[in-house]
Amino acid sequence: MQQLVDQLIQEGYFEGVPKDFVYTGFMVLVALLVLSFFVAPLAGITSWLERRVWARIQSRVGPNRVGPQGILQWLADGIKNLLKEDIIPTAADKRLFALAPYVVFVGFFATFVVIPFGSQLIVADLNIGILYLLAITSLVVVGILMAGWSSNNKWSLLGGMRSAAQIVSYEIPAGLALLTIVFAAGTLSMQGIIKAQGWAPWDWLLFYNPFTFAAFFLYFTAALAEGNRTPFDIPEAESELVAGYVTEYSGMRFLFFFFAEWGNLYVIGAIATTLFLGGWQIPPITDHPVLVGILQFIVFFLKAYLWVFVAMWVRGTLPRVRVDQLMSLCWKYMVPLSFICLLGTAAWMVIWPQGNRVASFVMFLIGVAILGLFFRRVRFQIRHAQPVLYWKPYI
Amino acid sequence: MLFDFANVLVFLGLGFAFVGVNLLIGRLLRPSNPQARKLSTYECGEPASGSAWVNFNIRFYIVALIFIIFEVEIAFVFPVATAFRRWIESGQGLFAFVEIVVFVGILFLGLIYAWAKGDLEWVKKVKA
Repeated sequence: MQQLVDQLIQEGYFEGVPKDFVYTGFMVLVALLVLSFFVAPLAGITSWLERRVWARIQSRVGPNRVGPQGILQWLADGIKNLLKEDIIPTAADKRLFALAPYVVFVGFFATFVVIPFGSQLIVADLNIGILYLLAITSLVVVGILMAGWSSNNKWSLLGGMRSAAQIVSYEIPAGLALLTIVFAAGTLSMQGIIKAQGWAPWDWLLFYNPFTFAAFFLYFTAALAEGNRTPFDIPEAESELVAGYVTEYSGMRFLFFFFAEWGNLYVIGAIATTLFLGGWQIPPITDHPVLVGILQFIVFFLKAYLWVFVAMWVRGTLPRVRVDQLMSLCWKYMVPLSFICLLGTAAWMVIWPQGNRVASFVMFLIGVAILGLFFRRVRFQIRHAQPVLYWKPYI
Repeated sequence: MLFDFANVLVFLGLGFAFVGVNLLIGRLLRPSNPQARKLSTYECGEPASGSAWVNFNIRFYIVALIFIIFEVEIAFVFPVATAFRRWIESGQGLFAFVEIVVFVGILFLGLIYAWAKGDLEWVKKVKA
């Protein structure tokens, strides 16, 4: 981006304007564009789609009234929440209570700085990309703890504490799974990691060795837990904690917590895509720079959104785990396993410094076999249970 | 370099501003009709009994302590992970690997210690 702005300045578009002003103006413009044309509609449409997908999983219809197929439901929800009275309990710590949604939202929104939508489409390719992601997403924990504590409500406090314990616990396996990829790619920059992969699935870091393959699943599970998603949504378990840390929130402040949650789903998918699934890499079919950019964006978006869909599907399918099961799953299974992945990848690199193409290809075939087995199983279930299927995806 | 990090600052600022502006617009549009009952703490319809700012389970502190150790470890392994490939290329791969195993192993011993002490159990059994 800097080169582009420098070029515009040299061509004399901004005569007499100080250079820093031009830079700042462009940065604010880019951030505004990302926010209003990508993040806000994305989080909104994800919330609508999740409700639709869920509804179909549970044999319901879901919101389908506002706009075609209900796709504008998120706008209606936003306007409604905007017009709702803002209630701050008298017993609450008002300043912290008001600040909490800011912290949660900022911690989520700032992740979009380093998400690479294409080889040119990135706000800033920080050289510490992954470390930055780990650091900035930790802000969300602070916000949730603030919300839980400041509400002065027992449900909120319990929800906030549970959430903090859960998020910090699952940050360890998630961080170690990311480290596994840093070992394999040898860089922290998001673009660098994508460039270390190829467009073909067997060139993805997912299939680099058996350990990165396992690390992917560890990362995805841990990321679901970090996003407070089912089956790890005990911080806001309705049946025991009312609404957890958002119990006392209403209207717009309430909305921002869920804005961040639904937007975060896409961030999880985008990180998984960048690190494991080859990011924006496309086959060399065209040289046209604009066409390449569009194709890269589409490929990246679809790969990332696939995982959003999987997260919705998981939420519609699995029951919630108990708090002690949650902790033992993290510390007794996922942390040791991710340590093994880390050391295994390091050992693999010492043994095969150039990578092992045969092993990658075998891993790819195993992956395809697992997927095939899954679909076979689905077909078996359908044949066995003889359900009445409606193939119409909408009503 | 600075340009890249300035972007982070702009994103942080704009995130704050976005929430602030939305709340401000909301303030102009939404009703405000506070009542003592409405502003009371929610406790399933019953009058709230006492403050929620009480002592809570010590488990949460222990989880936080174990977390700090491992998070610091991850932060330390990041530079090593970045430079690992260069080490291998200069023929010191095995040495670097052993170093990593020693560093991670010491911390893993810590996890085993916490496990053996029963600190990873959510409900710790106390010997009578």
